[in-house]
Amino acid sequence: MKARIRKIATFVEETVTEMGRTINPPTRRAAAVAVIENPLAGKYVEDLSELIAIGEELGELLTQRAVAALGILGPSAESYGKAAAVGENGELEHAAAILHPKMGTPVRRVLGKGAALIPSSKKRGGLGAVLDIPLGHKDAAYVRSHFDGMEVRINDAPRANEIMVALAVTDSGRPLARVGGLTKDQIKGEDGLR
Amino acid sequence: MPEVQVRKRFLAVEEIFHEGGPIAPTPLRRAAALVVIRNPFAGSYVEKIDAFMDDLKPLGLEMALSLVKALGNNVKSIEGYGKGAIVGSAGELEHGALWHVPGGYAMREVLGGAKAIVASTKKVGGPGTRLDVPITHINASYVRSHFDAMEVGITDAPRADEILLALVMTTGARVHARVGGLKASEIKGEDGLR
Repeated sequence: MKARIRKIATFVEETVTEMGRTINPPTRRAAAVAVIENPLAGKYVEDLSELIAIGEELGELLTQRAVAALGILGPSAESYGKAAAVGENGELEHAAAILHPKMGTPVRRVLGKGAALIPSSKKRGGLGAVLDIPLGHKDAAYVRSHFDGMEVRINDAPRANEIMVALAVTDSGRPLARVGGLTKDQIKGEDGLR
Repeated sequence: MPEVQVRKRFLAVEEIFHEGGPIAPTPLRRAAALVVIRNPFAGSYVEKIDAFMDDLKPLGLEMALSLVKALGNNVKSIEGYGKGAIVGSAGELEHGALWHVPGGYAMREVLGGAKAIVASTKKVGGPGTRLDVPITHINASYVRSHFDAMEVGITDAPRADEILLALVMTTGARVHARVGGLKASEIKGEDGLR
């Protein structure tokens, strides 16, 4: 393991009713979050390859944790998203190095597929920073029922020299989705968009 | 009796490897089970509410069992516990007190007769309110290494007419516990205190 992990948190949320209506089957989503040391904190470093490698290993670890927390097999996941919060001694680019160059491949390997872009968000912040992880369908970004977001927060992270990295997966879209658009049964799954 | 109407279930698990000191041989694990229910007494003063405690018993058991499962499915590994409630704005603090009996007894039952009182907290609050659920050793309240707390909350709960119920369990002491006091190895286990 290249990352020095302080803690891993998982969150699972299941919605069974909404506005008095039963959601059947319940919508379920999970996020796995790792709090790691930022090896580049406190100084400007041109080469971010150390963080890029960490992103690759966290992609696999966090996807496995999130899928296990949901209790499903990877290919049953429907939507996904990722996010990172960099502690105050790091820079936003450190989050970009973890999230963008190499994290996606292992995520897609665990989930079997994933033609769509993995939606992402990032920020710099202090302890208790709230991450809103954007969610989109993993095979077709335009599936409207699956546009969503999941909020995660860890009260003691990220410390100044840490980065908090989050990966979310669902086995469903929004509860009571009814604003039209592309539906999941219409997915062609060729270009990652439709 | 009012039926227990669940809107959402939420499970948070933390695995803590270190906090700046030596990496723990066995990581500390903490888990919180949260359930959002409709508050049957919201919006008016109801004198007689205590029968609802019985209605909550099955939910308490379900939540306690989900915590044991999330922490590795071994009852013997559970060493700390706590409970709490957040009452939505159309309810009163006393509605949160309904959780003391069903929440506490459910965990004791699942853990096979834990002796210590279950530490607890509660408040009235809006959606996204955070609650610091206190944690103590399951058999002896004075075990200093196991005094802990876990912050919990759900972005969209409790709504005004809801109650967010929480149970928490842990697998051990704080990760770098070293402030003395009664040790878990010194528990007499007679009075639930020492």
